[in-house]
Amino acid sequence: MTELATTAALPKARAVRLGRWLSLALAAWMVAYAFLDRLSTWLSRDLLHLSPATRFGSAVTFFVYEAPKVLLLLTLVVFGVGVVRSFFTPEKTRAILAGKTESLGNVLAAALGIVTPFCSCSAVPLFIGFLTAGIPLGVTFSFLISAPMVNEVALALLFGLFGWKVAALYLGTGLMVAIVAGWVIGRLRLERHVEPWVFGTDLGGGTAPDERLTWEERLRRGLEAVRDIVGKVWPYVVAGIAVGAGIHGWVPENFMASIMGKGVWWSVPLAVLIGVPMYSNAAGIIPVVHALLEKGAALGTVLAFMMAVIALSLPETIILRKVLRPVLIAAFLGVVTAGIIVVGYLFNWLV
Amino acid sequence: MRRIEVLGPGCANCRMLYERARLAAKQLGLEFEIERITDLGVILGYRVMSTPALVVDGVVKASGRVPSLSQLKELLA
Repeated sequence: MTELATTAALPKARAVRLGRWLSLALAAWMVAYAFLDRLSTWLSRDLLHLSPATRFGSAVTFFVYEAPKVLLLLTLVVFGVGVVRSFFTPEKTRAILAGKTESLGNVLAAALGIVTPFCSCSAVPLFIGFLTAGIPLGVTFSFLISAPMVNEVALALLFGLFGWKVAALYLGTGLMVAIVAGWVIGRLRLERHVEPWVFGTDLGGGTAPDERLTWEERLRRGLEAVRDIVGKVWPYVVAGIAVGAGIHGWVPENFMASIMGKGVWWSVPLAVLIGVPMYSNAAGIIPVVHALLEKGAALGTVLAFMMAVIALSLPETIILRKVLRPVLIAAFLGVVTAGIIVVGYLFNWLV
Repeated sequence: MRRIEVLGPGCANCRMLYERARLAAKQLGLEFEIERITDLGVILGYRVMSTPALVVDGVVKASGRVPSLSQLKELLA
């Protein structure tokens, strides 16, 4: 009895320890979050004696409150999404999408783009894998548009800085752009602009190690995600919030209204055109965008700008040249850009 | 002699996997050779759809993610 117990206990003991550790971490997180407001006020008002009425005071108060809050939210969201992602693989997504008709396929592909683990360096093999499985071109594009754009870092930052409504808005419109743009590209019947050798490739079922994961392994994946993603991205977040704090403190109230406000009809296309060639991860851009919003930039313009920056990346486009002919690349860029501009106008009009 | 191949066109994740795999192999004290494969044809030849991917002695052990150091040690052993 004792021997069996010890050898069987090892993996279980590890899992139990992980469970306990995570529960503690979660509790600590909740305490930190609840006390954040008081802590940051104490720090800036009582310890540093800064008045929010002054520019410097207002900037620092902003920073001291927003930076830890956003980092905490980011950690939680990245962990959660990391665990969810452990349930999905590109191979499974490919199997789900194969054989679905176009409109349904576009919706599924866009939705799966959010939860399927995907590195943009993988765009080409994934593209080939999808096409050779019989997944329509437009559906494949819906996936390739939603995957980089609707990412958990962007959503966590939006939620932390703007609240859940804006985050939900970004999620919803991001999906819409991915679905509709993918569908339109499908309708354009541009299959002949895919490099012909692609269709001759045979990936079979794809090779991915057959993994049936235990809950312990899933939770570890979540932690891995936090270490890899938050570990890589936190300097950008802090820097972005610092810039945002500076804008918050020093830029006059309605400064942005003149170029990014509602009244200016060309602000949306301009913002998008500036955003498209820019490539930045969501982390650096969003806190800046927050401050812009505060200073009178219109919500639609700002959302459109963000989408343009995050969704379309020059490196990915260059990589895709291996499998797509220029006409198709142009169509892809054109349709997505148009979609983003429409979203921008829509929100300036609605909000 | 372990033959380790890290598949990927060269993004930050691919480099991270390469460095981590090399470290894991060293820490295990293995005799190994490690190579970075960026050629698309070879990657497709392994029927890998999702990079970065880890191939050990011709078998795909992980794809689409960068496993942790301890996980890599398990995969390489």
